[in-house]
Amino acid sequence: MTKPTLTITNLHVSVGDKPILRGVDLVIRHGETHAMMGPNGSGKSTLGLAIMGHPGYEVTEGSITLDGEDVLAMSPDQRARGGIFMAFQRPMAIPGVKMADFLRHATTNVRNPERKEGEELIPMREFRKELKGKMEHLRMDVEFARRYVNDGFSGGEMKRAEILTMAMLQPTFAILDETDSGLDADAVRLASESIAEIGREKMGLLIITHHDKLLEHNPPEFTHVMLGGRIVETGGSELADELHTNGYDRIRKAHPEADALNQEMLSEEAVEA
Amino acid sequence: MAIDIADNSEIGEINKYNFRTETTGVFKAQKGINETIVRQISEIKNEPKWMLDFRLKSLKTFEERPMPKWGGAIDIDFQDIFYYLKPTDHQGKTWDDVPQEIKDTFEKLGIPEAERKFLSGVKAQFESEVIYGSLEEDLAKQGVIFTDTDTAVREHPDLVREYFGKIIPPEDNKFAALNSAVWSGGSFIYVPPGVKIEFPLQAYFRINAENMGQFERTLIIVDEGASIHYVEGCTAPMYSSESLHSAVVEVIVKRGARARYTTIQNWANNIYNLVTKRAYAYGDATMEWVDGNLGSKLTMKYPAVHMMEPGARGEILSIAFSGAGQHQDAGAKLVHAAPHTTGQIISKSISKNGGRSSYRGLVRVEKGAHHSKNNVVCDALILDDISRSDTYPYIEILEQDVSIGHEASVSRIGEEQLFYLLSRGLTEQEASAMIVNGFIEPLVKELPMEYAVEMNKLIQLQMEGSVG
Repeated sequence: MTKPTLTITNLHVSVGDKPILRGVDLVIRHGETHAMMGPNGSGKSTLGLAIMGHPGYEVTEGSITLDGEDVLAMSPDQRARGGIFMAFQRPMAIPGVKMADFLRHATTNVRNPERKEGEELIPMREFRKELKGKMEHLRMDVEFARRYVNDGFSGGEMKRAEILTMAMLQPTFAILDETDSGLDADAVRLASESIAEIGREKMGLLIITHHDKLLEHNPPEFTHVMLGGRIVETGGSELADELHTNGYDRIRKAHPEADALNQEMLSEEAVEA
Repeated sequence: MAIDIADNSEIGEINKYNFRTETTGVFKAQKGINETIVRQISEIKNEPKWMLDFRLKSLKTFEERPMPKWGGAIDIDFQDIFYYLKPTDHQGKTWDDVPQEIKDTFEKLGIPEAERKFLSGVKAQFESEVIYGSLEEDLAKQGVIFTDTDTAVREHPDLVREYFGKIIPPEDNKFAALNSAVWSGGSFIYVPPGVKIEFPLQAYFRINAENMGQFERTLIIVDEGASIHYVEGCTAPMYSSESLHSAVVEVIVKRGARARYTTIQNWANNIYNLVTKRAYAYGDATMEWVDGNLGSKLTMKYPAVHMMEPGARGEILSIAFSGAGQHQDAGAKLVHAAPHTTGQIISKSISKNGGRSSYRGLVRVEKGAHHSKNNVVCDALILDDISRSDTYPYIEILEQDVSIGHEASVSRIGEEQLFYLLSRGLTEQEASAMIVNGFIEPLVKELPMEYAVEMNKLIQLQMEGSVG
C-alpha cells in the first residue's frame, strides 16, 4: 500500500507581481521528515504559505496534490480539514477569542471534515479533558486556555500555542515554519516530544528552519536547501549538519545564479520594509 | 374636561366604550399629531392637570424645534404616524402578522412560544405572573417602587413630579419634545436609600408595561447608597409596524449609589430609533450604560452621564452593528460638572453589507471640574469594501488640571486573521463570526449570562445575513 503523499511539482508562486518561487519540486510521504533550509529571503516560508493557501500568494504555475487530489482547488479551510497543518512563524492575534473556543471549533472541523455549519461541536467535557492533557504535557498553565488567541503572547508562548494546536488537530502533513526560533532548549525538547507523540510515522513533516534545534530531536531523512526560490540541493541529515556548522557560503558559490536572485529578492524586501 | 370629538369620525367609536377604564376599550388615536390627540392621550390615562400641561407645552416645543441637522438622514412624515395605541389593539394582531424574518430569528434564538408572542407585540403579557408577583412583593417590602410610568404618575405623583423631565427637559431636542408630548408606558423605578437589588430588574418590565410604547418614558431614581441593575428590552428582536421609536430615559443616581442600565435592541429594519438617555450622578455615585444597537433603519442614540458632584463616575459601553440599508449613529456623552470625577467610554461598531456606523461622542469638562479623568476607546470593524464607519468625537475642556485620553481605531477584518482561522479548519463564516464576537467581547462579558448568550447568537445570525 502506498503511503499518503504530498506532491509539489514545478511550483511557481508570486506575491503581487513579484515572483518568489521559481519551480519547486518536492515529494513528502508519511513518516518522512524533511528539513527546508536556506538563507533569509530564499522562499522557504512562501512555500509553506502557498501549500496552506494564503490568499496573498498566487500560484502561477505547477501543482500541489495530496494523494492525487488537487490541493490548489481547495480553500485553506478545506486544506486544513484534509489534514494539512502549518505552524506559523508569526501567528495572528484574535482579540476576544479564547484559545479553548478557537481550538474546540478547529478540532471539531478537522476531525469531522463533513461537519455542517451549526452542527454540534465536540462535547465540552471530552474536549476539555483532551486539551488539559496536552497542555500539561507542554507544561502550559491551564489559564492559557482562557487567554485570547495569540493576543499579547510572548514569542515562546506563540510557538507553544502552535504546537498545542498541532497536537489537537493531529494533521497528516505538518509544516513547521521557524517553530524552534524563540524557544528555549526545554521548549524545543517539549515541542519535539509532541511531534514524536503525535507520531512521526503518522505524519509527513516539513521543518522550515535556519537553525537546527528541532532537527536535533527530529533528524530529517531529507534536507533541502532553498536559494533564490528554488531547491538547489537535497541531501540527508548530514547536509543539515554541514549547513549548521559552515553556513551557506559553499551553497552560494556553487549556485551563483540562484544566489544573485536571492540577493535581489532580499534587497526588494528591504525596500518594502 | 371636554374633548371635541364630534368632528372626528375616525375616533368616534370610542364613545361606545368607557374609555376612562384602563383595562377595557379599544382605542386608536387618529393619525398625526396635534393638540386634540395630546389631550386625548392625557384624558384616557386620567392624568393630573400638571401632566397635561407638560404635554401641551412639549407639543409646542416639538412644533417649534427644527429637525437635528446632524446624524443620519431622517425622512419621517409626523402626520402619518399613530401616536397612541391601546394594548388591546396590539392583541388584535395575530402571530401571522409577524414578519417571517422575525419569526425565524425567534426560532433560532430558541425563545419559547409565549415569549415570542410577547416580544413581537402580539401578546401583551407573560404567563408566569405568580413568580413575578412574589418577587415584586419582596421588593415592595424594601420600599422599592417598580411600575409603569403611567401608573406612577397617578400613584406616586410627588416623586414623579420632582424628577420627571428634569434631566431631559422637552426643550432638549425635537424628539425629546415629541416624547414628552405623546409618551406612554415605560418603567418607573424608585430605590430607597441603602437598598441594593442584587439581580437585574427586567422581568417585571414585561409584566408591568402593558404597552411598550413607541414613545415610552422611563424614570429611575436610585437614592443614596442604593444600587440597581436594570435591563431594558431583550436581545430578541422587536418588531413594529410603526416607523418611529422615540423614547426618553432619565436616571438619577444619588450620593454613593450605583446604577447600571443595560439595553440590547434589535429593531425591525424600517424603524427610526431616536432615543434620548441621560443620567445625573451625584457624589461618589456610579452610573453605567451598557447599550447595544442592532437593527433599525436609523438609530440615533447617545446615552449620557452628567457627573454633578465630586467622586461621581460615569461609564458607557456602546456597541452598534449595522447591516444593509442601516445607519447606526450611536455614541455617548460624558459631562464632568464637578472636580474629581471619572468617565470612560468604550464604543465598538461593526459595519457589514453596506451598513454605516458612526460614533458620535461628547466629552465635556466644565470650568471647575479639575482633577477629572476621562478615557475614550472607540473601535470600528468594517467587514467589507462597501460598508462605512465614521467617528465624530467632540471634546470640550474648560479646565486645566485634567486627564483626557482618546484612542480610536478602524480595522477591516484582516485578511491575515481570517486566513489564520481558515488554516485551522474554520469556515469563512465561522471565522468572521468568531472575529466579530471577539471584537464585542468587552461588552458581552458585562452582560448577565443569558443576555450574553443571546447576544452571541444574534451576532451569529447577523453574520449569516439571515436576519435583516
